[in-house]
Amino acid sequence: MNIIVCLKQVPDTETQIKIGSDRQSIVTDDIKWVMNPYDEYGVEEALRLKEKHGGEVTVVGLGPKRVTESIRTALAMGADKGILISDGALDGSDSLAHAKAIAAAIKDLQYDLIFTGQRGVDDDLGIVGATLAEALNIPQLSLIVKVEVAEDGKSVKVQRPIEGETLVITSTLPALITAQKGLNEPRYASLPGIMKAKKKPLAEKSLADLGLNSADFGAGARKMKILELTPPPAREAGKIVPGETPQEKAAQLAKLLHDEAKVL
Amino acid sequence: MAQGVWTIAEQRDGEIRKISYELVSEGRRLADALGQELTVVLLGSNIKDKAAAFGPYGANKVMVADDSRLEPYTTDAYVSVISQLVKANEPAVLLLGASVQGKDLAGRLAARLDVAMAQDCTVFAIEGGTLVATRPIYAGKAYAKVTFENSWPQMATARPKVMSVNEPDPSKSAEVMDAAFTLDDADLKTKVMDVVKDESGKVDLTEADKIVSGGRGMKGPENYYILEALADVIGASVGASRSAVDAGWRPHSDQVGQTGKVVSPNLYVACGISGAIQHLAGMSTSKVIVAINKDADAPIFQKADYGVVGDLFDVVPALTEEAKKYV
Ligand SMILES: Cc1cc2nc3c(=O)[nH]c(=O)nc-3n(C[C@H](O)[C@H](O)[C@H](O)COP(=O)(O)OP(=O)(O)OC[C@H]3O[C@@H](n4cnc5c(N)ncnc54)[C@H](O)[C@@H]3O)c2cc1C
Ligand SMILES: Nc1ncnc2c1ncn2[C@@H]1O[C@H](COP(=O)(O)O)[C@@H](O)[C@H]1O
Repeated sequence: MNIIVCLKQVPDTETQIKIGSDRQSIVTDDIKWVMNPYDEYGVEEALRLKEKHGGEVTVVGLGPKRVTESIRTALAMGADKGILISDGALDGSDSLAHAKAIAAAIKDLQYDLIFTGQRGVDDDLGIVGATLAEALNIPQLSLIVKVEVAEDGKSVKVQRPIEGETLVITSTLPALITAQKGLNEPRYASLPGIMKAKKKPLAEKSLADLGLNSADFGAGARKMKILELTPPPAREAGKIVPGETPQEKAAQLAKLLHDEAKVL
Repeated sequence: MAQGVWTIAEQRDGEIRKISYELVSEGRRLADALGQELTVVLLGSNIKDKAAAFGPYGANKVMVADDSRLEPYTTDAYVSVISQLVKANEPAVLLLGASVQGKDLAGRLAARLDVAMAQDCTVFAIEGGTLVATRPIYAGKAYAKVTFENSWPQMATARPKVMSVNEPDPSKSAEVMDAAFTLDDADLKTKVMDVVKDESGKVDLTEADKIVSGGRGMKGPENYYILEALADVIGASVGASRSAVDAGWRPHSDQVGQTGKVVSPNLYVACGISGAIQHLAGMSTSKVIVAINKDADAPIFQKADYGVVGDLFDVVPALTEEAKKYV
């Protein structure tokens, strides 16, 4: 069972986002970069499936050199090899272009399953998984919280929670799964794991290595144009509800919610 | 030239879901701004009798794709059918809901059509004849205003519960037509084997009108009945912070925040929740926020419209009693 896990590096969720003076991008100076939390679930699930069914886990990340660190983290957790897609010509590309480059790196590999996160906690798009699945012409199973691969390794059964119910879906393999919280509890990299990761293969690929043309990437090729980034609409601290006792406060609050906010 | 605004309706078991009306209403506003027609696309099995629902909300046409393989929803079948319809009719704008189904469908459909897609938008406008969408990024820590370049149709999903629904006008009706499509069984690689209903029977957080959420301040799973009691009285669903979920007190599906559900209810009551940046990210588009916390310095009070400084174990039961006077 060979598994590929896509891994995006994103700002740590603690990050306060500051908008740059160009109003098109964010200030990246003080950002701590981490593996997208949903990709941790993907790595963990891939490792569990490997432990059960055998095979190899390959992690693929696209971005600047710093993404190597997140790939090493996945290798330290137990993945076997890494691929970093890095090329100056990718600067300013949109997700559609990223997915095409990732697909080019994956298409010649052997795989039964691909994991991506259900969305990046940076752009919150959740589009790369579907775009990859389309480029590779395989089914996608999104927002998955349980994965069971059949004994013969030819199909997979997953659980997909939707509003108010959970669907049990089967699919042929290969397939692409987008990981949702609840899938598993990701392991931490152990010290021996970290030592071993340093010796695991990590290949770096440029667009040319993938047989791609730089002209199809970068800001000029964007199909989604950013007009402007703005801070969120300000939400001001409102009233502290007066009252001496909890009963008085509760009575005041209920009255305010009814008379003023009109939500009761 | 691409013409017209399309919205993709969402139904489940033959019932039209509320997001579909939010989409038609927003679609009408955009179609008016463009001076073009609004078409609703409805897919399902034996669904044609539901098509009449959209005229009163402003649809000019309803295109119905009726096939037993279109119920229940699968990505394979829906993407195949809708991509055929889009290619044959070339709409200018294509809107879907940012529900679980809508996001899945929109992602793959955009890939099939090779177009950009703005996910989970909160505002739409037409500027100079093109669609401009505003969407929260970094879980609402910033907003991006985006548009499309060499990308037709202009495609986006709308966050549930954000777009206002038109008052239906029963005198208006839409022309209903059958969609022309083919479906090849060989293309259908996934199959829904089973559907397990949630036991709680509560409205999903993303669709709830009111939410009462509890965090680490709840002290343990056994105390959530206090929130359930309030929720029952005011007609709310119960949510949780990640701390409560990770402690195993509440299911993952209850988590609100950056790595949980993003919610936009009319009323959000945060009980024993400190207001960590990741939690705020998931609920800051709520219309009215109430915080009940014993720590007057808790960051949640910075975002709350109404703050109660106090012990939730006293305040919440008292609020439940008081709320009965108004419902
Ligand atoms: C990658 C990542 C992703 C994350 N994603 C999310 C997410 O999606 N959603 C999320 O919620 N968090 C998320 N977090 C966690 C987040 O950082 C906080 O740890 C979490 O939100 C805190 O939960 P809490 O407010 O319930 O607990 P605490 O911060 O411990 O706050 C408990 C509050 O309860 C109050 N309290 C205690 N007892 C009482 C009482 N009797 N009456 C009234 N008030 C009382 C206290 O004053 C305190 O303010 C994430 C963290 C990381 C690292
Ligand atoms: N630059 C990237 N490199 C590798 N994987 C990515 C990249 N961008 C997105 N992905 C994958 O796609 C998922 C969803 O990201 P997005 O579509 O950007 O929200 C992520 O969780 C990753 O698994």
